[in-house]
Amino acid sequence: MDLPHHGYRATKQRARGAPPTGDSVLFEDTSSAASGASSQGFYAPGYNMGEPSNHMQGGVGVNNLFTDPMANAAVMYGSSLANQGKDMVNKEISRFMSVNKLKYFFAVDTRYVLKKLMILMFPYTHQDWEVRYHRDSPMTPRQDVNAPDLYIPTMAFITYILLAGMALGIQKRFSPEILGLCASTALVWIIIEVLVLLLSLYLLTVHSDLSTFDLIAYSGYKYVGMIFTVLCGLLFGSDGYFVALAWSSCALMFFIVRSLKMKILPSLSSDSMGMGSSAKPQLRLYITVATAVFQPIIIYWLTSHLVR
Amino acid sequence: MAFTLYALIQTAILCTNAIAVLHEERFLSKIGCGVSQGVGGFGDDPGVKAQILNLIRSVRTVMRVPLILVNSACIILLLLFG
Repeated sequence: MDLPHHGYRATKQRARGAPPTGDSVLFEDTSSAASGASSQGFYAPGYNMGEPSNHMQGGVGVNNLFTDPMANAAVMYGSSLANQGKDMVNKEISRFMSVNKLKYFFAVDTRYVLKKLMILMFPYTHQDWEVRYHRDSPMTPRQDVNAPDLYIPTMAFITYILLAGMALGIQKRFSPEILGLCASTALVWIIIEVLVLLLSLYLLTVHSDLSTFDLIAYSGYKYVGMIFTVLCGLLFGSDGYFVALAWSSCALMFFIVRSLKMKILPSLSSDSMGMGSSAKPQLRLYITVATAVFQPIIIYWLTSHLVR
Repeated sequence: MAFTLYALIQTAILCTNAIAVLHEERFLSKIGCGVSQGVGGFGDDPGVKAQILNLIRSVRTVMRVPLILVNSACIILLLLFG
């Protein structure tokens, strides 16, 4: 492994060095050291509203600011309530999805994001598409550029919504309801695509290690292509839109086929004695190709009304 | 085609209902999907048909009671609020 360690040691220092101003010690993340990114953003915003505004860093020092014992008691009560609320939220969320697994997908750094964006837009020169493993668990996106992450899809989704609002505003067709409609349409299409993929993988008993989050990540990568297409459509008119659509479709199709080929299509040596396996590789290939072909269709569907 | 999240919930409820109402002896046996004909293979890779039958049967078993509740709630809400 020839990973430049100096690259993300700097990132780690940055993450540790920036004190969370405004967040008190109550919301400190006690996750394992493997994922350096703190997830305070998950529940800090919700609770910062209810907190008294005097909460600085270091909850111990807060009490010294109040001379009034009633205010003291109120602050203690409020902080214990916040703790209880945080525990409850944690418990409820961890019933539906494992938060640690989610943290793995957000453990990214700048170098990874830049490389991944370049691969998404120009995947033809990327040589090695294998996801590297480290002692039987997949490596975090910080260490392996082929690992799927959820940071890029999330940011791209939000950027797409903002861009859609801007495009509609340029054409004087904007209203807040359309923005919400655009956002929920895109979200629903992702949900549909992930559900169809999960269903088809289940029906064909593909024993891959593609979890739901992986599929969400791979489905969300198309938003990068969508943003690029809409930008070109806005800047260069209708011709630019179609050229950018063709380019990002080809790039995305190549990317999806190469990425999913490793995970879905079987390695022939590990297959059993060929019980009906003559149909299997074909069906698995169909799934991969169908996923890839679906991407340009949905890109066109979701962006054509923005670039009239 | 503008989707709202409400449309997604509606679609999910309708699809689950559609799977749940497939009657065992009146319909599924007639088209060769009955409970006696389906799951025979104990190899490591059951075929597509066996998986579909498994899925139908498990949806029927698991979602029967929640579907009753959800459908009743839907009926009441639609009656009250259109």
